[in-house]
Amino acid sequence: MRLILDLAVTHIAGRGRQTLVAIIGVAVGVGFSIAMAALMQGGQDDFVEQLINTMPHVQITDEHRTPPRQPAEEVFDTVAISGLRPRDDRRGIINPTAALTWLNGWVPGRLAQSLKTQGVIRYSSRDIGASIIGVDPEIEQGVSPIVDDFRAGSFAGLRAGGNNIIIGDTMAGRLGAGLGDTITAVSSNGQSRNFQIVGLFHTGTTARDEGEAYVLLKNAQILSERANAINEIWIKLDDPNTAPTVAHRAEAELGYKAVAWQEANEAILEALVIRNIIMYTVVAAIMLVAGFGIFNIISTITHEKARDIAILKSLGFREHDMRRLFLIEGVAIGAAGSAIGWLLGFLLVYALAQVRFELAATGREMTRLPIAWSILHYLLAAGFALASAAVAGYLPARRAAKLNPVDIIRGAT
Amino acid sequence: MTVLIEAENLTRILPETVPVTLVKDVSLSIGEKEFVAVTGPSGSGKSSLLYLLGLLDHPTNGTLKIDGNDTGPMNETERARTRLAMLGFVFQFHFLLPEFTVRDNVEIPMRKLGRLSRPQMRVRATELLESLGLEGHLDKLPEQLSGGQRQRVAVARSLANDPPIVLADEPTGSLDTKNSDQVFHILETLVRERGKTVIAVTHDVEMAARMDRQIHLVDGSIEKS
Repeated sequence: MRLILDLAVTHIAGRGRQTLVAIIGVAVGVGFSIAMAALMQGGQDDFVEQLINTMPHVQITDEHRTPPRQPAEEVFDTVAISGLRPRDDRRGIINPTAALTWLNGWVPGRLAQSLKTQGVIRYSSRDIGASIIGVDPEIEQGVSPIVDDFRAGSFAGLRAGGNNIIIGDTMAGRLGAGLGDTITAVSSNGQSRNFQIVGLFHTGTTARDEGEAYVLLKNAQILSERANAINEIWIKLDDPNTAPTVAHRAEAELGYKAVAWQEANEAILEALVIRNIIMYTVVAAIMLVAGFGIFNIISTITHEKARDIAILKSLGFREHDMRRLFLIEGVAIGAAGSAIGWLLGFLLVYALAQVRFELAATGREMTRLPIAWSILHYLLAAGFALASAAVAGYLPARRAAKLNPVDIIRGAT
Repeated sequence: MTVLIEAENLTRILPETVPVTLVKDVSLSIGEKEFVAVTGPSGSGKSSLLYLLGLLDHPTNGTLKIDGNDTGPMNETERARTRLAMLGFVFQFHFLLPEFTVRDNVEIPMRKLGRLSRPQMRVRATELLESLGLEGHLDKLPEQLSGGQRQRVAVARSLANDPPIVLADEPTGSLDTKNSDQVFHILETLVRERGKTVIAVTHDVEMAARMDRQIHLVDGSIEKS
């Protein structure tokens, strides 16, 4: 085995410049693959993170996936009945305390209950429809996606005496109201109450900035005349990836619709999968090109070394030895290229991470390119390179092994 | 006398559009310590016969036994193994590996066989080369040697694994008279002093006459003498 290795090293070393070109070919392929993977993955992670941050990981609402069966259907099971008038069930999550206690027992993350009701915000003869959301300020701090988006005030402001409300800045603009002004909230039940604006937020999502108003849970319950009721439980998990399992278990136990963020954004995640497929295709294509470089040099070596192959075979080397010899040469070039490619890839990624640019849309924020550092990218690129090197080395190796020494010895004489 | 090579009706036909018969119905038996010349005009199949005997080529017909073992049913690995341990080759051109030193070239067959330890291989290669008058050239590359010296290295390499049979294909074909004599003398010594069987293809009638036995080929067949 050492002997085959010695022969391989001699062959490769004997073709210094060509070998170098092949190695550089592989290295550039590996390096750029790594850099591209880091960029693509980084962009994706950044995107998913923003996606995750703007919404609860699991959202449990008082809805059901299938309409509840009506009493008449329960009794007359075999008869299809149409035109039944649905019974008016009590709305909201039944027995919320028990549900929350149960969830708190096993969910790895934080919970927040809220009561969302539809209503109208009224100020100086302007009406704007809004979701009025009753929350517990302390708990909401740890769960709500808008905590970081406050322009003025904070959730804590809700606590400070009197009836307080937090609205989006777009809504405030449309109402013509500002911090400290008193607005009127009217619920769909016809209840109305005055609230003082203690906070303004700006999330960048218009639907939210224009259509959400936060009040104390107690106030929301009064507005909708549903004492102690809640109709939404938001869960912020320690690990967002566990959301589907948590949602599944919660839904199975509680019977209410529990939606994981993955389910809510299925289309976007599918698009990301397609992006990944494109990325790996490009990486594979780069490696294919590098593979041709290796194929080229191993082919050249086998041609030039046809005489040596004949000599070695006449001495008593087997076809198997010859195949292995040239396969090793191919893989050695692939391995050397991968090693240099790792360094190149690392430097490229490092350089990309230094790039800073201005967001054109707002012109305010300076952003860095989102870069993902992952050992997986390095292993993957090297794996691709070695695999293509093995294939590129194997084809000429097989041909070389099949050479008949007699043909070459005759040719030489 | 032990029979080392026994061939019966060896035939080699190249399967071209018009089949070319290289060797036709050759039967021979060669024993230990024989010094055999294979002669004949060019194109008579001398070299082809040698390649068949050396397991470099497959006969189209006929059987070949080396040291009593039928080579017909052998697979590629067994044939390679037999070449490695039983047969040594010397060609018209030295056919040394150009990137390796003289001593490394001699060690390569030993390393392939793996019977000795590395230091033993080194000692044996050195001894072989020195016995052929190559002391002082051990660490040179083949291209730094003269034609006669290279051919002597090739002889040393053929003896690396101490095979009982040495096959030589026009070993002096590319050498001048002085070097030819030297190489011939070495081959003779192999038979007389080391007890090898040497089969040499040559078109040099005078040289053939100095060997123990002559096999004369005409159009691929042995000419009865």
